[in-house]
Amino acid sequence: MSAAEIAVGLLILVSAFLSMAAGIGIVRFPDVLTRLHAATKPQVLGLAAVLVAIIVQVPTWGVLTTAVLVMTFQLLTQPMTAHMLGRAAYRTDHVRRDLLIEDDLDRDIAEHDQQ
Amino acid sequence: MTFLAVVSVIAGIMFGVGAIAAVYRIIRGPSILDRALATDVLLAIAICGLGAEMAINKHIDTLVVMLVLAMFAVVGSISIARFMAKEDAS
Repeated sequence: MSAAEIAVGLLILVSAFLSMAAGIGIVRFPDVLTRLHAATKPQVLGLAAVLVAIIVQVPTWGVLTTAVLVMTFQLLTQPMTAHMLGRAAYRTDHVRRDLLIEDDLDRDIAEHDQQ
Repeated sequence: MTFLAVVSVIAGIMFGVGAIAAVYRIIRGPSILDRALATDVLLAIAICGLGAEMAINKHIDTLVVMLVLAMFAVVGSISIARFMAKEDAS
């Protein structure tokens, strides 16, 4: 049992724990916006941990560049998904307004309608 | 049992719990947005699971699959969110 093996094991456990946390989060949270918050954990930090584990296990340049590409695409596309889902949720009233502390977008839409 | 074998069992249970929770939300989900979101989470868990399997067994056979999934995961959710009309919101 070497140090690299322990590091790989811990990184995989971090990724698995974040996946489980996201699953529990999207079951327990009340509306689409809060579930979006829970869903992003394995998509970014979990994937990063598992990619570092692969690089530690197979340290070649090809693996490193492919892992950087995977992370880049994930970081490019996941904010787009979250933004579009959040926008559609707001526009179609899937937001629990009683749970919001402050609704800035509502105020902006009201100001825009007045003009 | 070696250390990585123990880790693989624990990680498998955790991935399984996450995936089952995502499937539960796909089945129950009150709106189609919840289902799209849960599908995204299921895909992310699948990507993480593929990577964990590669790291445990020390091979890189499915690294390209991870790349393709990371590239095209965005299509489904964005098309659902973009073309969702107010009336068919369920």
